[in-house]
Amino acid sequence: MGVVCLFFRIASSEKERRMEVGKASMARKKKEKIHEPKVKITWKEIKRQKVLLIWAAVIVAYGIVFYYLPLAGWVMAFQNYRPKDGLIHSQFVGLAKFQQLFSDATFLRVIRNTLAMGVINLAATFIMAIVFAILLNEIKSKGGKKVVQTISYLPHFLSWIIVTGILHDALSSNGIVNELLVRAGIFDQPLNFFAHPKFFWPIVAFANVWKETGWNAIIYLAAITAIDPSLYEAAGIDGAGRFARIRYVTLPGIKPTIIILLLMNVGNVLNAGFEIQYLLGNGLVQSVSQTIDIYVLKWGISQNDFSIGTAAGIFKSLVSIILIVIANMIAKRSGEEQLF
Amino acid sequence: MGKIKKKRHKTSVWDKLFTICNTLFMIAFVIITLYPVINTLAIAFNDGTDALRGGIYLFPRKLSIKNFTTVLQKDNLITGAYVTVARTLIGTMLSLGANALLAYIVSRKRFLFKRQLSLFWVVTMYVNGGMIPVFLLYKNLGLTNSFWVYVVPGMISAFNMLVIRTYMNGIPDSLEESAQLDGGGYMTIFVKIISPLCKPVYATVALFVAVGQWNSWFDAMLYNRMSSQYTTLQYELMKLLSSVTNQGNSVEAMKNAAGAVTPTSVRAAATILTMLPIICLYPFLQRYFVTGLTIGGVKE
Repeated sequence: MGVVCLFFRIASSEKERRMEVGKASMARKKKEKIHEPKVKITWKEIKRQKVLLIWAAVIVAYGIVFYYLPLAGWVMAFQNYRPKDGLIHSQFVGLAKFQQLFSDATFLRVIRNTLAMGVINLAATFIMAIVFAILLNEIKSKGGKKVVQTISYLPHFLSWIIVTGILHDALSSNGIVNELLVRAGIFDQPLNFFAHPKFFWPIVAFANVWKETGWNAIIYLAAITAIDPSLYEAAGIDGAGRFARIRYVTLPGIKPTIIILLLMNVGNVLNAGFEIQYLLGNGLVQSVSQTIDIYVLKWGISQNDFSIGTAAGIFKSLVSIILIVIANMIAKRSGEEQLF
Repeated sequence: MGKIKKKRHKTSVWDKLFTICNTLFMIAFVIITLYPVINTLAIAFNDGTDALRGGIYLFPRKLSIKNFTTVLQKDNLITGAYVTVARTLIGTMLSLGANALLAYIVSRKRFLFKRQLSLFWVVTMYVNGGMIPVFLLYKNLGLTNSFWVYVVPGMISAFNMLVIRTYMNGIPDSLEESAQLDGGGYMTIFVKIISPLCKPVYATVALFVAVGQWNSWFDAMLYNRMSSQYTTLQYELMKLLSSVTNQGNSVEAMKNAAGAVTPTSVRAAATILTMLPIICLYPFLQRYFVTGLTIGGVKE
């Protein structure tokens, strides 16, 4: 499983690290297969593992109820679902609900918002985390590095409620940002950032960067630590300056990590929008702030139109899965580490 | 490496410039990260009406603990605090136990359905029913308007299970084998041998779950909106926030002027109280989540 492969990549021996990415992972897979003992299903074995099997059954039952049973609810998207008729007796309407969904201008706008914010957030947080990790790695003082790093992931632990509260304070018309901008002479008078649609996406992107940069950088810093120091020495002897070393040693060294994380995040692009948009959005910026999840919440829970809400949810799931598969295929083509 | 660099005059000028810029960048980064938190702290400890004049940055101008006493008198916030503490404790214990047990089962080399069981859970990472079907399911199971909706549904997470499993796979099989020779069953080995060795990864997962529990508010809004006895701290904070942003300061401020607290200052105090446990604990816990993140190789 690629999800956990990264650890092996980081912790793997120097020798393996020098091997080509594809080869290394293949070698690992082969090795695992050889080590795996083939256990046949026999009564003796079942008796021996009785406890494990019982617990596994309990856990699977739990999984079926809480993770697989909701999938049966997808039927609602193809019905004119009415709670009193239930899943079985509600009238089937085929793809009518999807048609209704895609002829709704609001829904199309909502898709655009979700995609736009997802991509902007992904790009912004991704690049910032890598830049931050590389720059932090260049700090020579060990103590300073540690202090900065410890502070950097504090915001990750704060809830979106707190973060949006802070943003409201900072960006309000008597907040610190307006004060600085007016003092610097950039603005004549304070501006209410939350009243202008054009500021909404940048604010969301900034909030994500503020909250997650330090946290996302942890994994890159770990990857940088795993780079063979002799590579830096060799580069130094060849006359490479600081930038050259970053470009030719550090970046290639963390490339596999970057790719794996990118792959994992691509599938989440559509998941990137709920809490912050819900908390920061207001009537004035509705046209740019609403995301698919908010749409589902609004139609499904508040208006009780379960069918439309489910259809929108299915659309989101399908797009996410397609994105993951495509990203994985591209990675496979270019000979990089894959997710699955 | 350092010595070689010093010999090269040209690089060293750039090097110094880079170091200066980099240091400045890091200082700016730290300021941007910490300032909002410190500012909130200053406002929380400042007299509410006085704070309306603005100009409070790093330190309170007119010290007052009235904001905090006001917060601590609000019944809904107190209820929220109890519920939040309960869900964090119970939820973390349940979740850790379930994930550890599952990870233990799928990391047994001889377990018959090892691959199938792993796959069963990995699929849940990518496919889910969506908000509406899940909502209806919880409603039918009687989980809405109850405390259990906070701790039962999310108990097992494939990601946390994978983190623990990776760690358990690194424990030598010989330990298990020798315990089996001594007549220990699977559960004895799990509790007495494997679990004590997994303390670091358990701490990591417990931390992930606990922070998630502490910070979550959406489930309270979605499933327990009608039952105020199951409200959570974050949800109450959210209501406080939206009341401040909707009404603005001025109107409310007039009303409360005599009380020396304003919605803004009360919210600042509530925010500080809500983040307090996290801020106090996290410097001590950080080594755990750094390990956990590197084991899992993923964020979130």
